[in-house]
Amino acid sequence: MSPIQILIKELADQYGRRRECLLPVMQGVIERENYLSEYSIVEIAREMDLPAAEVYGTATFYSFMEVKPMGRFVIRICKTITCSMKGKNQVLFAIQDMLKIKVGETSADGRFTLLQTNCLGLCHKAPAMLINHTPFTNLTPEKVRDVLSDFMKK
Amino acid sequence: MSTKKINIYINGTPTPVEPGTMILDAAKDNGIIIPTLCYHKDLCIAGNCRVCVVEIAGQKRLSAACATPCEEGMEILTNTLKVRNSRKHIIELLLSEHNADCTKCYRNGSCELQNLASEYKIMTQDFIDLVPLKTYSMDMYSPSIIKDNSKCIRCQRCVRTCAEIQGVNALTVAHKGDEMTISTFLNKPMNAVVCTNCGQCINHCPTGALVEKNYIEEVWDAVSNPNLHAVVQTAPAVRIGLGEELGFEPGSRNTGKMVTALKRLGFDSVLDTDFTADLTIMEEGTELLTRLKKALVDKDENVKLPMATSCSPGWIKYIEHMYPEFLGHLSTCKSPQQMFGALVKTYYAKARNLDPDKIVSVSIMPCTAKKFEASRPEMFDSGYRDVDYVLTTRELAIMIKQAGINFKALEESKFDRLMGESTGAGVIFGATGGVMEAALRSAYELVTGREVPFKNLDIKPVRGMEGVKETSIKIENPKQEWAFLDGVELKCAVAHGLVNAKTIMDSIKKGTADYHFVEIMACPGGCLGGGGQPIPTSPEIRKKRTEAIYAEDAHMTVRKSHENHEVQKLYHDFLITPLGELSHKLLHTKYTPRNRY
Amino acid sequence: MGAQYQLNRADFIFKNENDWEEILTKILNQTPQDLINELISSELKGRGGAGFPTGLKWKVAAEAKASRKFVICNADEGEPGTFKDREILERVPYKVLTAMVACGYVIGAKEGIIYLRGEYRFLLEELLKVIEEFEYYLREIGQTFTIKVFMGSGAYICGEETALFESLEGKRGEPRNKPPYPTSSGYMGLPTVINNVETLAHTYTIFKYGAKKFYDLGVQYSRGTKLFSVSGDTPKPGIYELELGMSVQDFVHEFGDGDTKAVQVGGASGSLVPRKKFMDTAIGFSGKLTGISLPTGGSMMLFNSSRSMYNVLDNYLEFFREESCGQCTPCRVGCQQLLIGIKAVKRGDKPASYLDKLIRLTETMQHTAKCGLGQSVANSFSSIVENFREEMIY
Repeated sequence: MSPIQILIKELADQYGRRRECLLPVMQGVIERENYLSEYSIVEIAREMDLPAAEVYGTATFYSFMEVKPMGRFVIRICKTITCSMKGKNQVLFAIQDMLKIKVGETSADGRFTLLQTNCLGLCHKAPAMLINHTPFTNLTPEKVRDVLSDFMKK
Repeated sequence: MSTKKINIYINGTPTPVEPGTMILDAAKDNGIIIPTLCYHKDLCIAGNCRVCVVEIAGQKRLSAACATPCEEGMEILTNTLKVRNSRKHIIELLLSEHNADCTKCYRNGSCELQNLASEYKIMTQDFIDLVPLKTYSMDMYSPSIIKDNSKCIRCQRCVRTCAEIQGVNALTVAHKGDEMTISTFLNKPMNAVVCTNCGQCINHCPTGALVEKNYIEEVWDAVSNPNLHAVVQTAPAVRIGLGEELGFEPGSRNTGKMVTALKRLGFDSVLDTDFTADLTIMEEGTELLTRLKKALVDKDENVKLPMATSCSPGWIKYIEHMYPEFLGHLSTCKSPQQMFGALVKTYYAKARNLDPDKIVSVSIMPCTAKKFEASRPEMFDSGYRDVDYVLTTRELAIMIKQAGINFKALEESKFDRLMGESTGAGVIFGATGGVMEAALRSAYELVTGREVPFKNLDIKPVRGMEGVKETSIKIENPKQEWAFLDGVELKCAVAHGLVNAKTIMDSIKKGTADYHFVEIMACPGGCLGGGGQPIPTSPEIRKKRTEAIYAEDAHMTVRKSHENHEVQKLYHDFLITPLGELSHKLLHTKYTPRNRY
Repeated sequence: MGAQYQLNRADFIFKNENDWEEILTKILNQTPQDLINELISSELKGRGGAGFPTGLKWKVAAEAKASRKFVICNADEGEPGTFKDREILERVPYKVLTAMVACGYVIGAKEGIIYLRGEYRFLLEELLKVIEEFEYYLREIGQTFTIKVFMGSGAYICGEETALFESLEGKRGEPRNKPPYPTSSGYMGLPTVINNVETLAHTYTIFKYGAKKFYDLGVQYSRGTKLFSVSGDTPKPGIYELELGMSVQDFVHEFGDGDTKAVQVGGASGSLVPRKKFMDTAIGFSGKLTGISLPTGGSMMLFNSSRSMYNVLDNYLEFFREESCGQCTPCRVGCQQLLIGIKAVKRGDKPASYLDKLIRLTETMQHTAKCGLGQSVANSFSSIVENFREEMIY
């Protein structure tokens, strides 16, 4: 069995194989792989006895479930109005400048993917972003450069 | 025990209804038609198009009539200003994201959105046209189905059909918001996923988003070409469905008119698929008895029982995808369409002294999967492509109208000779249970020398709309050569709609199926409910078509396949014997295991 | 009216006296009917934005007949400008868990689920630790209530109760038809009470201090306190627990930066209150207050005179266009038409009168959309366009 097949089997053993268990299983695969590849979707469908189209249709509904390859670190910067008001665009330009990618793209070394997202619930410390699960708040162009430099070492 | 009715008011009129009745049905029973788009009798309630909204007194928001149950004292208003203005907005919104170039659309004249826009006189479009801003795609890869996203109103009828009626789930809803779309697995073309080509999605699509791939122009070219000899075969379900497209009520039988129309279109020979339906019974019946002998006498463990029919190409593709390890259960017989095609360019060509290269073999089918079947690589056994073009019932109706033929006024004609004779057993192939009944009529008589023990040869237990039907016939006092069947209770099952095929296949997989023979049709009702039949479809319409099929059978003089004279002649002059060498070459086929995902 | 209502702060939610074990015992020593009566007389209404009477919800669910029922905590907080539920789960999670057990006890449910939005994944480890300790205590006192956490994956619409059920069931978060309502057919088609995080925290307050203490705060039809998430052009962004019923004027007096042009009450689904209406607008659930009152999930975003209301509306419409589930026509296409419409008016491709056509469209969306998302777009659209029309055009 391939590593992904083993992972999916373990996830299905842990959460169950009923339809209600689909989201945690997909989340578990994304935790390891950063996205759902065609192979992953087929294997999840097989393990849980679901049609592949259903798994695909369910995954694409959720913004945090990507079916295109993602970088190791997914940057999600909040674009809702309060973060916009507090300087999100400057922070965004700083990120784009530093990583040489535009929103929606992945850096050449496969490390970072830059996305925009909706309200993260960190409005009193705007602008805010997530890198994978970790929040970063009160962002400025300098601060974000520091944060990204740390990630570049990982 | 009858439940106490509740009292509601529809447009001021007090009306008693059963508790739990949806507003839509209560209104219909009182002569009020509320327009719908996402609602369909065959499917679960969606309530997403919001076209059927009505006003309920005391509520600020409008309610969807298809999804709101009546409650005691409810005052429903179906035609207030608020309702009409809202509905107009909804139609305008749908049109704004729709490729509304109707004159270029295949469903021009039969589109439900077009009808609504016409009813509400949407003569201006104040909203902004969203179509240029979208990246709509058109999938023309499948030999049977064309999927055009620019015409999709996202009612999800096709997704529900593929899931609830067929259990195939080739279609899904993907993404959300303005990117919400009807898609396949990873948005692959339809021919690259588990789509069985059954066309039920086409039958249920209200617009031109899903249509069949049509070959009308190719067939016009063929019949107009004096150097080509165009032969056409017609499936049993076509003759009882065609009328619906040409001014007749569902359940009308128009065999004679259909033949005349085809002659007028320019076909050189108008023949009958029912002929090869009878032939299929000969081959498949013999195959079944051979398997039974191998199982019961030779105790051959490799023999696969139950044997399953193989005339429904949607079913074939389904089992190839979903249960590839059970392909050995399928009969190796081709479908009547393909047997016909193989014989046209060999037997018929020889008899008529024609160059097979100059024969164009056309079939009229109630089916879209037949288009796929005709293109399968196994279907070239005549040395040429056995069936060149497959037209659905709908396409034939279009050609008849294009030719200016007044179908209603046509006189009746008979099929041409050599491959045009059929029996009642052949015509019932068009209904679920028909193949089983035809097979039993012949097999039983072959084995015992007596007619099946059912009044008028009507094997009622295999008829009707129940998803899975079972019956058994006890063989007693068979002829000497079939002595091994003495006392055997021949157990049979019939399923229609692929979701019921799954039931049977799962029981075979589990080992709980003790059938000898199963008939499986991909479409609900059998071929008469096929993906190529007139739209709309509904349980009532399919019921009427079923009655018509059995009426055709009852009115025929010969009702058993083995008594078909032309079939007997075919064996005498050409094939020699069922499962003989020539039969194997021309009339039998192989199957291909496919991916489940 | 402004002089009558002061900005009254309170400190019930975040005051942590570490007495939840005692309060839980107190709750379990009362009858379910007593607890329901307590909630009903407190007049607590749902704090997620919809404002349904909590006591009534628990009562109906208690009366439903089923072998299995569920208590669901809706932690899918996603309304722009709202971050109160995160603070509650970070600072006083025991109150929420206690409230869930209380609800289970009242309605006869043994299973509780917290639906936590994917963006708050960083809270998960700590929350699971708390739950583990909590469940350990429950077993000690002989309670069999289990609490699981289910992670969302980035979908604002899953905050809608029936969409949340769909998501919990492993499907796309597309809202269902109502009726049936969650209290008769919710998660897995079984009777379910689904409450917002803050609502549950308030039930804790009520069970601790009694209904009267809660009822005595606030105003008619809007009893008790609410958490407000304050952000934008304010020197004091953060979470504040305030009595309901204050005027926007008093609010701006306390939280504005001296130049407040408008306040968005209730997030993108709420309404924009312009300066000229601050005095006449009260924050509460609709009722017989003079002037307008606005139901809200508590998001308060302040905009000063440097802000363009066009940008604000554009931002909201982008949000709705992306986050709509896409199922129903008025919302899916309506949101696109509204966004493209205001851009066209701004560019001059459409005349200013087109804005009126769009307002009529939002009315249709309000009347015909399948769920609250589509129904609420009209609030911000009409309040912004009507009060700041020039900014939409020039």
